[in-house]
Amino acid sequence: MKKSRRKTGKGHLDKNFGAVHTDIEMQLSVNKGGPESLPASLVDLRRGDEAVLSEIDLPAEDARRLMELGFLPGARVVAGLSAPGGDPRVFEVDGSEVAVRRETARRLKIRRKGRSPRKA
Amino acid sequence: MSGCADCAGCGSAVTLPTVAVKAVAVIGPPNSGKTTLFNRLTGLRQKVANFPGVTVEQHTGVVELASGESVELIDLPGVYSLTPHSEDEQVAYDVLTGRRQDTSKPEAVLLVLDSTNLGRHLMLAAPILALGLPTLVILNMADDLRNRGGELDIKALERELGAPVALVSARQGEGIDEVREFLAGAMALPAPKSLPVLHDVPKCREWAGKVGSRAEYRAPIAPKWTRRLDAVFLHPVAGPAIFAVVVIAVFQSIFSYVTPAMDAVRWLFQASGNWIAATLPPSLVRSLLVDGVWSGVGSVIVFLPQVLLLFLFIGILEDSGYLARAALIADRTMARVGLQGKSFIPLLSAYACAVPAILSTRTIENKRDRTATILIAPFMTCAARFPVYTLIISAFLPNRQLLGFLSVRTVAMIGLYALGFLMAVVTARILKSSILKSGRTPFVLEMPAYRWPTVQSLGLRLLDRSKVFLRRAGTVILAVTVLLWLAAHVPYSHGRPPAIQDSLAGTLGRTIEPAIKPLGFDWKVGIGIITSFAARETIIATMGAIYGMDHPDSASMDLQNALRHDLTPAAAVALLIFFAFAMQCVSTVAVVRRETGGWKWPLAQFAYMSALAYGGAFLVNHLWRYI
Repeated sequence: MKKSRRKTGKGHLDKNFGAVHTDIEMQLSVNKGGPESLPASLVDLRRGDEAVLSEIDLPAEDARRLMELGFLPGARVVAGLSAPGGDPRVFEVDGSEVAVRRETARRLKIRRKGRSPRKA
Repeated sequence: MSGCADCAGCGSAVTLPTVAVKAVAVIGPPNSGKTTLFNRLTGLRQKVANFPGVTVEQHTGVVELASGESVELIDLPGVYSLTPHSEDEQVAYDVLTGRRQDTSKPEAVLLVLDSTNLGRHLMLAAPILALGLPTLVILNMADDLRNRGGELDIKALERELGAPVALVSARQGEGIDEVREFLAGAMALPAPKSLPVLHDVPKCREWAGKVGSRAEYRAPIAPKWTRRLDAVFLHPVAGPAIFAVVVIAVFQSIFSYVTPAMDAVRWLFQASGNWIAATLPPSLVRSLLVDGVWSGVGSVIVFLPQVLLLFLFIGILEDSGYLARAALIADRTMARVGLQGKSFIPLLSAYACAVPAILSTRTIENKRDRTATILIAPFMTCAARFPVYTLIISAFLPNRQLLGFLSVRTVAMIGLYALGFLMAVVTARILKSSILKSGRTPFVLEMPAYRWPTVQSLGLRLLDRSKVFLRRAGTVILAVTVLLWLAAHVPYSHGRPPAIQDSLAGTLGRTIEPAIKPLGFDWKVGIGIITSFAARETIIATMGAIYGMDHPDSASMDLQNALRHDLTPAAAVALLIFFAFAMQCVSTVAVVRRETGGWKWPLAQFAYMSALAYGGAFLVNHLWRYI
């Protein structure tokens, strides 16, 4: 099992409290692997499904927000209930429950595990 | 007995470390219970300070310690990290580092963390402790932690952090003495430890996890009841149905159960007004007091019980955690009109008042999204519109039941709330698809565990609301009423005040009458509308005062009867529409100007809303008969 690695160096978040560059897209994983790791994301999860987060495909600023709430690469995420229509959906992550809109959930890539696997 | 002998060191500990802690900042992630702790410590002595440039209203309060000295607490906005990304985090950072001129640099910090989610919340500990200020780490919600089978070694955590740690339940009052001890400077502080300053979230989380496991932190099991309740409240069918029932029940009870309380307040004002009238000799002072102040301000204060009931319900919904679920259910609508999730909280608080709502838009980083939210916030039905709606609805609609359980008045009130929301949404749609187009930012909303609202916190909310309501009645509304009384008593002719329609106020009303005639309003309502631009509910005071002066014999003439006499049903509906859309609030205009940094937006907003109000009222007044 390959552990996801973070890029260090330029993609790094700010080093001081001063002005921050926000335009750097953050790639939090280099897990572009075999056929079984087709790009699945949180939207592919149904209620009760579990997965491991692999990558946050969002601008650094937005990614930071999500990471502060527990959506870190390598974190275990369980899909929960949702608003009527399936959007937004509540995800259980790092001991708390966080609702995420579908458009955002799509950018949170996962490595599948847990029950009811579905081939995309 | 035995304790006294070795107490020598004790005495020096009290006096030694700090002479007086002047300002202490309270900081922590959102929803960690900062404000509950703040209220618990300051009791009822809290005041709301409105610093220019501060994200949300920043609260400061005074804690009085057993020793007699007092400490000023600064309640900072909830932040996840100390790296300033949005304006509210900037405020927290600036206050803590003493970069703000308007707030004294805190000499100590209370760091409030949720003990049921320590792994994540500890992330904030490193940057806060690195500031080098004496810090008490407060692990809040100790009762929840215990009930759900979580535990940790406090001493070990103190060693890991190099700071004192207190396990507290702010809701229950548990562990508060320890906090007071810290504030008094009587707590022995462990040797500070230099902690890694990490700005990378994954690394920071890793560090927090390590500290947690060294302190033998065992996370509590998931809240069982929250899961069960969510299965009902977020059910695709039952969820929205319950949402509707809750809303209907809230408004229905506002119309049905508060009548005795309102009658009592009304009686109080009538009785005291009559007493003043009987005691004082006929004079201008008596006229000012009875016809001006009493019938004017009094007719507004009558609505206090209803406003309080509304806020009791909102308080229960908010404190229990249900409002977060309501936000979830409503989010689809927000997304469709192009608003981001962060706009929801300001819009929700705009139901109380647009001013704090507009201040709280500072949490929105995207400037265009922020402007759009500021522009639509005044459409939400604020607490000042509420008494006006109640008065007109009660005057014109029978207390009849629809379908056996729904009162017509309830339906009308819900309709007006929905209308305000709809107009906000339509306006947002227009703005977001034209001048304020912007990319989307992610919507994330933490779902808090359900909790029982406590009597103390609900009581504090109501007290705070009463203060706001009465302060407005005692300042803006009182001032307008006195001015109105003056305007209604000049010019004097033959040593007597003029009839009201010939007075300055009456002339003013009759001057604008041609403009408002198409809406179905007469000059009296015209005066009311003019004064209501100071603050919406002033129209009630104005009408109360005008009718009081108009019928001097029956100073107590029922405002509802008087309105029925002067307005057609179509005009009454037109008046409701006018109030739903118009931006009749000086403070809102002022705050929009300050927050958008110029007159451009507030003027455009004022013009847009006035045009809508006029157009809407005009249409309703003319089309009503066809309905």
